[in-house]
Amino acid sequence: MGSTQLPTPGTDGTVAEVPTAGAVSGEPAAEMVQLLGPDGKLGTDPVFSDYAKRIEPEQLRRFYTDMAKIRRFDQEATALQRQGELALWVPLTGQEGAQIGSGHASQPQDYIFPTYREHGVALVRNVDLADLLRQFRGISNGGWDPRENNFHLYTLVLAAQTPHAVGYAMGIQRDQKFAEASGSTEPKAAVMAYFGDGASSEGDVHESMVFAASYNAPVVFFCQNNHWAISVPSSVQTKIPLANRAKGYGFPGIRVDGNDVIAVHAVTEWALEHAREGRGPVLIEAYTYRVGAHTTADDPTKYRESAEETAWRGKDPLDRLEKYLRAEGLADDTFFEQVKVDGDELAAQVRATTLSLEVPDIRSSFANVYAEKHPLVDEELAWFEEYSAGFESDAEAAN
Amino acid sequence: MTTMTIAKAINEGLRATLKNNPKSLLMGEDIGPLGGVYRVTDGLIKEFGEHRVVDTPLAESGIVGTAIGLALRGYSPVCEIQFDGFVFPAFNQITTQLAKIHSRTNGRCTVPVVIRIPYGGGIGSIEHHSESPEALFAHTAGLRIISPSNAHDAYWMIQQAVECQDPVIFFEPKRRYWLKGEVDVENPGPSSDPFQAHTVREGSDATIVAYGPLVPVALAAANAAAEDGHSIEVIDLRSISPIDFDTVEASVKKTGRLIVAHEAPTFGGIGGEIAARISERAFLHLEAPVIRVGGFHMPYPVAKVEEDYLPDIDKILEALDRSLAY
Ligand SMILES: Cc1ncc(C[n+]2csc(CCOP(=O)(O)OP(=O)(O)O)c2C)c(N)n1
Repeated sequence: MGSTQLPTPGTDGTVAEVPTAGAVSGEPAAEMVQLLGPDGKLGTDPVFSDYAKRIEPEQLRRFYTDMAKIRRFDQEATALQRQGELALWVPLTGQEGAQIGSGHASQPQDYIFPTYREHGVALVRNVDLADLLRQFRGISNGGWDPRENNFHLYTLVLAAQTPHAVGYAMGIQRDQKFAEASGSTEPKAAVMAYFGDGASSEGDVHESMVFAASYNAPVVFFCQNNHWAISVPSSVQTKIPLANRAKGYGFPGIRVDGNDVIAVHAVTEWALEHAREGRGPVLIEAYTYRVGAHTTADDPTKYRESAEETAWRGKDPLDRLEKYLRAEGLADDTFFEQVKVDGDELAAQVRATTLSLEVPDIRSSFANVYAEKHPLVDEELAWFEEYSAGFESDAEAAN
Repeated sequence: MTTMTIAKAINEGLRATLKNNPKSLLMGEDIGPLGGVYRVTDGLIKEFGEHRVVDTPLAESGIVGTAIGLALRGYSPVCEIQFDGFVFPAFNQITTQLAKIHSRTNGRCTVPVVIRIPYGGGIGSIEHHSESPEALFAHTAGLRIISPSNAHDAYWMIQQAVECQDPVIFFEPKRRYWLKGEVDVENPGPSSDPFQAHTVREGSDATIVAYGPLVPVALAAANAAAEDGHSIEVIDLRSISPIDFDTVEASVKKTGRLIVAHEAPTFGGIGGEIAARISERAFLHLEAPVIRVGGFHMPYPVAKVEEDYLPDIDKILEALDRSLAY
């Protein structure tokens, strides 16, 4: 199969040829890397097949398990929102290949800056999935310790995390200088910054890429082009394939079939190696599709045709890996049934934990406004204590 | 004791920081070989190299955003914003990100980023080079805001800002950059806490609170009032967030009168916050309403008329007269 001609960021779900991309930049359009097609057949690519060959059957099964788990989790979270247990949910269905593939390409020493939809990457990085729900349940503005698994908190201001990623990568560069000076042999690290096709229009993405290029920072920009920024199609964000933008900054840009977990893994592994080895940043555009709503507050029937969704369902990342695993004899009915059972178990666990998550006392919100003592916070907390005590003594008097 | 200008004092403070804290670094536009448009970082790149004194691309959001990332990785970046009016492209990073990371991570991550901003008018400059946006930042919880008014404070406060585990916005009174003063580089003395106000002149009839560029103006007004037989206390606030209300309150309880002076527009400014707090804390000690002296509710005016805009000795004396007349 190999690389295919670059498709437009069209909205009809079909993969069209794009003569304009080349015409705009004066260069031939970048090609889309695809290894595992919708038919479940594995193709070849001159660069990335070598990376794909490193993937052991056990790991392929793990890719499938994780994609299925996170899809199941997504359904459960959506249900929890419908039942009033979450204020909002941001579904990832359709994007499992992009997330599980790229997540597994990262190493523990790499640091990840997600947006708000990277539940699949969180799973791979061992973040407790119930922790993801704290923010959406309205009981925390974070929920997990970002340093525990080198997986940063979700960021709701679009693209704001991309310069953080570059700064963190600049820190890694400096740490490596310190480490070399002291003879340490710490494994080399890189940073991944996730963002969407909509966010790619934000100035912060531009500034990040300028900084990353200027300082040759070890950062991989991972753009999930899921075709829609709420109701606005990606054609409004860009007239050229997003991956082509990297050229303007002076580093490689690769478009990969985001629904092909094998290709995503291969490309991301290449990019992370490139970054860790000091060869600079890479932009990956994972060409994928958000099958469901933007969030649980959204109604996609208002802005897109159901035929488009149907077309993309035909490229489902789970289906194609299942076909491949079965055809190669790497997994059978027992395996897939077990995956389903494990998924249900995970969902039940997450549900139980979510329901047991308690609403914090507002006093905890006073706790970390500042790292060091702050008289205004102390004063306002003291006032609040006195105010609350007034109600307690009223209640006592009434008894 | 050595004598130096405020600009030199900040330069020396940064030099000491870079020496003592290997994780500190400076970032900003033109701060390398040029030494910054005000030469505050003069010579530092030569001494510490381009990894510690980083000439950045021209992108304020990028400067603050990458500084946040560096801080998350354990570094202590000091960003220079070239002029007050150009901090706004970074406003989002400062208010929605920098200010909130410690709280959002339940205290697990600190982001000790310092943002240096030359601010204020009086230098005859063109648009966007003379503003005082401190109140816009003071309104955001999670940030600390300080402004030195003399060389000794400038030397120590910049170092303390870098050591502080919270993000600090360091407003530099640009029209005072060349003001000389004694600096004790061995000993901070009473300046060891950058968030404490200093009483810089004792008095018994009224209190004037000022900070940064207006402290010399407030002192000159107090001296002029003394010639008319009024004893005026002057407080250099030094910290705009948090505000050391205890020092102000104690002074007002002694003098019974309060004037607050700053260059920023009076409406919605820090002066209103001080007036309100002091009314709450010392209402019965006040002989007169708290009077604010500040800029007008207008875009910072053209340089040729800024003299009429800026609080000066006469405007402060007029406020004093009104206060004393009650
Ligand atoms: C700075 C900013 N502007 C607007 C929004 C509101 N908003 C939330 S998600 C979204 C669309 C984002 O689309 P995209 O970047 O493609 O990511 P996706 O949600 O599709 O994964 C918008 C406009 C926001 N969160 N932040």
